[in-house]
Amino acid sequence: MDFFMDFQAKFIQNFIDDNRWLLILYGLRTTLTITFFALILGVCMGFLTALVRVTYDKTGKLRRLNTFARFYLTVVRGTPMLVQLMIIYYVIFSPWPFVNSIIIAVIAFGINSGAYVAEIFRSGIMSIDPGQMEAGRSLGLTYNQTMRRIITPQAIKNVLPALGNESISLLKETSVAGYIGIRELTRSGDIIRSRTYEAFFPLIAVAAIYLCLVLIMTAGVSRLERRLAVSDRR
Amino acid sequence: MIDVKGLRKSFGEKEVLLGIDEHVEQGEKVAVIGPSGSGKSTFLRCLNMLEAPTSGEVWFEGELINAPGVDINRIRQRMGMVFQHFNLFPHLTVRQNITLAPVQLKLQTAGEADENARQLLKRIGLTDKENEYPNMLSGGQKQRIAIIRALAMKPDVMLFDEPTSALDPEMVGEVLELMGEIAHEGMTMIIVTHEMGFAREVSNRVLFMDEGIIVEQNNPDELFNNPQSPRLKDFLAKIL
Repeated sequence: MDFFMDFQAKFIQNFIDDNRWLLILYGLRTTLTITFFALILGVCMGFLTALVRVTYDKTGKLRRLNTFARFYLTVVRGTPMLVQLMIIYYVIFSPWPFVNSIIIAVIAFGINSGAYVAEIFRSGIMSIDPGQMEAGRSLGLTYNQTMRRIITPQAIKNVLPALGNESISLLKETSVAGYIGIRELTRSGDIIRSRTYEAFFPLIAVAAIYLCLVLIMTAGVSRLERRLAVSDRR
Repeated sequence: MIDVKGLRKSFGEKEVLLGIDEHVEQGEKVAVIGPSGSGKSTFLRCLNMLEAPTSGEVWFEGELINAPGVDINRIRQRMGMVFQHFNLFPHLTVRQNITLAPVQLKLQTAGEADENARQLLKRIGLTDKENEYPNMLSGGQKQRIAIIRALAMKPDVMLFDEPTSALDPEMVGEVLELMGEIAHEGMTMIIVTHEMGFAREVSNRVLFMDEGIIVEQNNPDELFNNPQSPRLKDFLAKIL
């Protein structure tokens, strides 16, 4: 009996008193905002980077951009996300202290995600049978037209599940945004912990919310995979 | 129409074409035969620059097409190509496969291209497949659609790269029949093939290639009935 009384009291203390559940809610909103916009930025950057890499590999054009793209991939994939985030916040944006830190987080996570998305897109493009490019070119289409109309649509379809998984990683990665003072979901839980001196409830709640989000996204990805499989079987 | 002079092609150390000189007249149907690895596909692919020649010249309708600065895309519009593995675009419907290039290249309006595609589909009896995707079709249907996809560009010459080699035996006939019709209409055709019967029946001239050169060529009757070189005799003995 004592245990349940205790449980209830602690639950109230951690989530109800001072409207602490609002902290969690706002944190969730911030996490979703960062994830959403970073994903858009990441997909755009990743797509362009992949195009540069593939075009260089196939035609030898865009040499300088390709060198830059490889530098970008190496640096981003070779250093920890948290370090990148802090460098972008404390070093690169230090002359502009008035820039909203959420915007900075979106940029940092977008750049990071873009590097992984680039490799996803690149493998997607490489997975398309070379005969598709040849068929397009043999009809007189230019390299760019063939890329746009024939290769890319097929590649995107192939990489959708991998992109879904990248979004899931990105969502979880945003938990380090607290290091630059953003009250996202993880930091919100941590703030409650520091006020109530109670670690169990806020951290488990935060974990449960992440888990729910990930489960929803996973379900979305596997639904997508099944739908794509159906259209392949036609 | 097509003039090839001293054409050589190597892939790294490996020399595939060791100097080809050949001339194809308007309206000719040239079959290219030879053992695998003889360079016949590479020869064909050098004609529309899918492979860039290492040296030599390829002329098409009076234009040197492997010179720097030539707009190869414009030239390819007049050279249709059919591949061994069809290479239809799986994400597009049959009609879209046929109309994509003419519309993208602004040679036909969308309406004209659709109408043209329907005419071509009607001709091969696949009107009902217009809105289906390629993976619904049999190999023979795919290859016939690949052929009319190339025809939709109204090319001056058609290049066929082993068009029946990837087909189940019962599908070969329908593809050869269509190719025969196109030949009778006067299309200039260069056909890399293993179908000796077809080569004999449809072509005006047969080139026998081995180890990167054209070893022997003649009209089909002479070439098949009266082979001169030991290599051709040997090849024909193996396949006939």
